[in-house]
Amino acid sequence: MFNIYCPYCEEHREEEEFHPKGQAHIQRPTDPDACSDKAWGDYLFFRDNPRGIHHELWVHAVGCRKFFNITRHTVSYAILETYKMGEQPTITAESLASEEKQGDVQVADGGLQTVGASDNSVSESKGAKV
Amino acid sequence: MQRYSGFGLVKHALSHHENWQRQWRNPTPKKEYDVIIVGGGGHGLATAYYLAKEHGITNVAVIEKGWLGGGNTARNTTIVRSNYLWDESAALYEHAMKLWEGLSQDINYNVMFSQRGVLNLGHTLQDMRDIQRRVNANRLNGIDGEVLDARGVQELVPIMDCSKRARYPVMGASWQPRAGVARHDAVAWGYARGADGHGVDLLQQTEVTGFKIVDGRVVGVHTNRGDIGAKTVGCVTAGNSSVLANMAGFNLPLESHPLQALVSEPLKPILDTVVMSNHVHGYISQSDKGDLVIGAGIDGYNGYGQRGSYPTVEHTLQAIVEMFPIFSRVRMNRQWGGIVDTCPDACPILSKTPVKGLYFNCGWGTGGFKATPGSGHAFAWSLAKGQMHPLAAPFSIDRFHSGALIDEHGAAGVAH
Repeated sequence: MFNIYCPYCEEHREEEEFHPKGQAHIQRPTDPDACSDKAWGDYLFFRDNPRGIHHELWVHAVGCRKFFNITRHTVSYAILETYKMGEQPTITAESLASEEKQGDVQVADGGLQTVGASDNSVSESKGAKV
Repeated sequence: MQRYSGFGLVKHALSHHENWQRQWRNPTPKKEYDVIIVGGGGHGLATAYYLAKEHGITNVAVIEKGWLGGGNTARNTTIVRSNYLWDESAALYEHAMKLWEGLSQDINYNVMFSQRGVLNLGHTLQDMRDIQRRVNANRLNGIDGEVLDARGVQELVPIMDCSKRARYPVMGASWQPRAGVARHDAVAWGYARGADGHGVDLLQQTEVTGFKIVDGRVVGVHTNRGDIGAKTVGCVTAGNSSVLANMAGFNLPLESHPLQALVSEPLKPILDTVVMSNHVHGYISQSDKGDLVIGAGIDGYNGYGQRGSYPTVEHTLQAIVEMFPIFSRVRMNRQWGGIVDTCPDACPILSKTPVKGLYFNCGWGTGGFKATPGSGHAFAWSLAKGQMHPLAAPFSIDRFHSGALIDEHGAAGVAH
């Protein structure tokens, strides 16, 4: 069970209030009629499916009903930050990789048994920023 | 390879079953193979088996990062059926069904294939219209199927609540008598033993970390046990297919999701068929051991962690208790998740890729187990001939750019 910080309600709520909506930051082609079949197919169907850091769209379906973004690890399931629509993530695979080299960030491992339970502090601190 | 038989069982009993041959070797990787299969699950092992048996290509390695059949092959709910709507998928799954019917004899391994029938329930008028349409399509494709009304369902499954009192009353069902269940582990082990018997090297604890690509053509793989050369590479890696595709420099239209299942404590025989409901959304059968095997929908978020969230399990059990009030106090024994690679049109991808000599067989999503023999058979043909098998050709990755999708969300049985 995820405990998700909604950046609009500014509260942690249970996963059942939310729905995941797939990859975030996908831009609709500005002129769909001018798209090649390749570009249109890529837009419709091809998604990043990383084993690691994933930026994804969620909706607070039975709360404020607003869409927002989550940066989450797809193996440990740890929620690293939540941020509003239109904002950019502060944590990315690249930023984590460079921080990890300096040894000052502990990346969540795959051994967590309770999904999301130990991530409150992380998402809280990040949630307060956005 | 020692053949298994009733006589052999008696013979080995005399020596206290201490002298059985190992089912497969644990070989050292060679420098080069004609074909490398990445992924030692049911589909990959079946591919290797049919490559050796049907096409005489025995210089083959199956590379598996964990142990054989330890991924989705070990985690599915073992249902086998072929009642898909569209011609392309019906042909592929029916091809598998025909192979299932002779599989235990073919691979000399008891896969415990039990044709106990599958019910797909309808709870609304639209469900029933869709069922009529699908059963008609099945029969035109030579696949057995019947439409049952609520009374017909009640006769088949007396313990199910088919009354009007239910919140979503059962209005009827489609019924495929030839469908059923099989012992999932035995499928992997049987194919593994068969492939090994033909000389295929099964390399466990060997993880592919990259592809060797020269002038747009694959020439081998990098692994944690060194580089291994190959003329042709087939990837059959289910939930991790996107990861491998990215290593080879392209993307796939897949999302990896956790799909959970659970089993109850063992009960005396109580349910002698498979019941699936798309509407209240759960499916259930009883294993030969007596446990109720239960599954339902995927967790909606992307995940590789082989576990999901509890609300999904709760919804599943709500559906099961809705259909079977008699099971309300059955205790659940174990619960787990597998990582399914779902495709936008709920159909698999069997395809060439932008890299020459590199083939992918993936995207089976929530329903790959039933297709294991057919998928392996068609994929082996494709690898051997260098062109896609006629049954596999419609499942090319090109369909996501041409628009020739095969929408099987209705028959897939699992919402995603």
